[in-house]
Amino acid sequence: MLSYAFKRLLQAIPTLLIVITLAFFLMRVAPGGPFDGERALPPDIEANLMAAYHLDEPLPQQYLRYLGDLLQGDFGPSFKYKDFSVTDLIQQGFPVSLEIGGLAILLALALGLPLGVIAALKRNSAVDYAVMGTALAGIAIPNFVVAPLLALVFGVILSWLPAGGWNGGALPNLVLPVLALSIQQIAYIARIMRASMIEVLGSHYIRTARAKGLSERLVVWRHAIRPALLPVVSYLGPAIAGIITGSVVIEQIFGIPGIGRYFVQGALNRDYTLVMGTVVFYGALIVLLNLIVDLLYSALDPQIRYDD
Amino acid sequence: MRKPRLIAGSLLLASTCLAPAAFAETLDIGVTGELASFDTSQVSGGVWESQILMDVYEGLVKKSPDGRLLPGMATSWEVSDDGLTYTFHLREDAAWSDGEPVTAEDFVFGWRHLLDPANASKYAYLLYPVAGAEAVNTGEKPPEALGVASLDDGRTLRVTLDAPTPYFLQQLTHYTAYPLPKHTLERYGDDWVKLDHIVTNGAFTPVEWVSQSHIDVRPNPEYYDADAVTLDGVTYHTIEDRNAGVSRFRAGELDVMREYSSSMYELLRDELPGATHMSTYLGSYYYVFNHRDGHPTADPRVREALNLATRRRVLSEQIMGGTFQPALSFVPDGIAHYDAQAMNLEGDMDARMSRARELLEAAGYGPDHPLHLRLRYNTTDEHKKIAVAMAAMWRPLGVEVEMINAEATVHYQTIQEGDFDIARAGWIADYNDAENFLTLLHTGVGNNYGAYANPDYDALLDRAAETLDLDARQQLLQRAEALALEDDALIPMLYYVSRNLVNPALEGWEDNIEDDHPSRWVHFAD
Amino acid sequence: MTSTPTTSAASAAGDSLGREAWRRLRQNKAAMTSLWLLGAITLACVAGPWLTPWGLADVDWNAFGVAPTLDGGHWLGTDANGRDLLTRTLHGGRVSLSVAVVATLVSLVIGVLYGAVAGYLGGRVDNLMMRFVDILYSLPFMFLVILLMVVFGRNILLIYAAIGAVEWLDMARIVRGQTLALKRREFIEAAHALGVRDRKIVTRHLIPNAIGPVIVYVTLTVPKVILLESFLSFLGLGVQEPLTSWGVLISEGTDMMQTAPWMLLVPSVFLALTLFCLNFLGDGLRDALDPKTR
Repeated sequence: MLSYAFKRLLQAIPTLLIVITLAFFLMRVAPGGPFDGERALPPDIEANLMAAYHLDEPLPQQYLRYLGDLLQGDFGPSFKYKDFSVTDLIQQGFPVSLEIGGLAILLALALGLPLGVIAALKRNSAVDYAVMGTALAGIAIPNFVVAPLLALVFGVILSWLPAGGWNGGALPNLVLPVLALSIQQIAYIARIMRASMIEVLGSHYIRTARAKGLSERLVVWRHAIRPALLPVVSYLGPAIAGIITGSVVIEQIFGIPGIGRYFVQGALNRDYTLVMGTVVFYGALIVLLNLIVDLLYSALDPQIRYDD
Repeated sequence: MRKPRLIAGSLLLASTCLAPAAFAETLDIGVTGELASFDTSQVSGGVWESQILMDVYEGLVKKSPDGRLLPGMATSWEVSDDGLTYTFHLREDAAWSDGEPVTAEDFVFGWRHLLDPANASKYAYLLYPVAGAEAVNTGEKPPEALGVASLDDGRTLRVTLDAPTPYFLQQLTHYTAYPLPKHTLERYGDDWVKLDHIVTNGAFTPVEWVSQSHIDVRPNPEYYDADAVTLDGVTYHTIEDRNAGVSRFRAGELDVMREYSSSMYELLRDELPGATHMSTYLGSYYYVFNHRDGHPTADPRVREALNLATRRRVLSEQIMGGTFQPALSFVPDGIAHYDAQAMNLEGDMDARMSRARELLEAAGYGPDHPLHLRLRYNTTDEHKKIAVAMAAMWRPLGVEVEMINAEATVHYQTIQEGDFDIARAGWIADYNDAENFLTLLHTGVGNNYGAYANPDYDALLDRAAETLDLDARQQLLQRAEALALEDDALIPMLYYVSRNLVNPALEGWEDNIEDDHPSRWVHFAD
Repeated sequence: MTSTPTTSAASAAGDSLGREAWRRLRQNKAAMTSLWLLGAITLACVAGPWLTPWGLADVDWNAFGVAPTLDGGHWLGTDANGRDLLTRTLHGGRVSLSVAVVATLVSLVIGVLYGAVAGYLGGRVDNLMMRFVDILYSLPFMFLVILLMVVFGRNILLIYAAIGAVEWLDMARIVRGQTLALKRREFIEAAHALGVRDRKIVTRHLIPNAIGPVIVYVTLTVPKVILLESFLSFLGLGVQEPLTSWGVLISEGTDMMQTAPWMLLVPSVFLALTLFCLNFLGDGLRDALDPKTR
């Protein structure tokens, strides 16, 4: 298992290289540049800017320069946020995104799994319909609607919680963004857990277990939940991607200083270094998380062995 | 925001005597973007950036709450008769936040820094009126060739201009003309701007910056007028989502929200009448015609027809809910030393439409050969609504409009390359002078997106640039604009208005035409 | 027939599987209601715009942002530009539904085949195929979509392609996971022992047996695609005017939720109703197709 993990991590290097190359050249193909704005720059000033950021060099040379800097852990300066390096921005923003995203995933699991199990056990009852109906509403409303709605209701009308802002990560400031970010994932996880639980409960070994006269509780806890978790674990990868995507919206609406926004803003502003920085960083993060998900999967399903 | 101030000392005091009620009075301002840098040469040009920079730095002159010019770092100045030499006498007690005096050297240094080609400043051209500035900025001449000199041991600054520039004093309030702390730049190099090292000469000085979240500034104890500053600090919150900013203001988390969204105006006006500000602003919202050969808009008849069919009042009142003013001219109403011009759009709407139809027919367009136009705008809700309305206004003329929206970087790059028939553009004055707008139609200027070229127009502007007499200059500029409007050089559509939400408990915050609101004047009413 | 799926049961199911499933689906009231409703929504979106008195880009100069009303002809109100909201919502449905159907089909075909093959073959091939998926995964895909949109402009075909290209990865992983778990089951091993070819085992045994989770996932994917399209619209990367989509309409409506709530409610109701129906239909299909309950 350990050597498998190590091998996977080694394989991450070519993966990341491809990611970097693809992102680098796609970004440069995109029309518009980091210095194109409302006010056309006099050619001399534009030339100064291009030279200052080495954008006047041939593209392959820029690419090699970027790789070289990256090897030394230097993500370069941001084109837009001049007083920070991209490394500064990621260091400052990532813990924030991680906190929001991690809490959202935890909340989604903490609520989604039990809801899914309950709905499966009470299949086709009022409870099932209520849980699944609510879950569906969670899926059916885009989070860019949910977020301002939550801010409006709890921040403006009821005044229970701040309508936005980070405030150093104070608890009241965390509640609404985490909730808004997790609602969709709660719904997805509950749906997947329900479907998979129903599937498992209908399988022959559960019937066998029941036939043996084991109590329903024991059947559910000891035999059904563990295999039923597999599709949920499979879903965790996409869930994390969903959280990352969602955080773009949530961070923008609640004014949270995470890196999700840099990602979109960088792309729209053609802030090449910032985009590359977030892509490389997210790429590495996703490789790591996928590995964890796979290991978790094999831990839950003893039928799968990873050959070294 | 007022928060109870809990200081160990005051608690001690409270136990011995009756301490006066103490509140930490921090001004919480929501700004719609992130500051690019505290180095004024690196700023990207957002309106929000000047708000922060004018609070922490101060130029030779500064602005009053209602936007008048007041002495700043300079207490007095003289202008030579030919208008080419300005002599500024610096304040004796001007100091950086570390106690070092602000000298003329700091201005010389700061301006050279801005123009140094290596610093690649986007707004360096705003200092081009200074003698030699352009040559320095392009690297043709060394920084020493710049027409600024420190005299009398740094107590006097002498500035030489290339040509008389009536709006030069106005320009000095812009952040490009601020001084930089020479002593810390020499000590720390590029790191001078880091919060550990930064010193500023304005009423406030930055103490904390969480990117994408907020910037905190505290009063600068060395500021010459520090006693008059009653705020305990200002926090600028970066809020890109304007509706979110409105929610946060309504939730009481902000004292000021700049540039609230226009779609919220009517709701806010009814709900928070005392807090909802809207005021004249020096900005023009217009559509550019592409005058290049091969575009249908190169034909003056087409341009006139489209201008005739544009219903500005519908745009301002029905589409934008009253958050813009209908515009019949390019230079906005309210510019100093200028009488607003107006397009000649006679007759009621029916007459205008039939005239427009005739013009298009004369230009060779009709049911068999409809006029097809590519309209480009940059992606925002406001621009979209306006573009949709414009397309609908032109449709009765048989005009087919293809709408193309793109993010700002692509939009401006594309229209600078000339790939459009009609394009959305807007201009907010850098300084209160008509020339700032009219130069956008001068042949060869980078922001003349539509490549309008009229030698008579250029000649009028060039003559105005050399004319020292303000009235004569005004006449020349007005004639130039009248000429451009006669040519239907563009479609003037709307004047911007400034939109702010302001806590009614604030005093010293006044609406003004440039929408500049230095926090040093602001305090909470008792 | 025993309740355990066996080789004989699975292969005998082949032809009658579809008919049998349809019979069982018809007995499911919720699923059938959803099917009819979905059909009605689709029909309304396809045919409706021709029937309403307003065109997609027609502006009623006397009715900017009016609330739903029976007189005046704007049953569901107008948008801020004075355009009939019902007409625009139906037009928007065309775009949203076609994006969803096309993108989901693309992701379904690629994802299921890819995942099943990788999971079934296992070993080095699986490793290689999943490495490829990992690489695509590690490229934060939202970014790729955004980048494609900015490289090629806001093109509706591109929205189809980009979203389909994102979604098959999830599908592939899920099917692979299912296949990994299934292939050690006795009935597959039995088929192997009987000398059935790999290709047949994948298409006849693995995919039908993995169909439950896949169908559930499809019912999750269609809404996800619709929502993804709306996310792009929120970022300003949606379809170009005068075209619209539910995502664009909802995104516009969000800004007006306090001043003109119908602008948010109308497209949201259409969207939510569609998603609800897809859900019940998906559940019904799963029950009908599940080999274990046969």
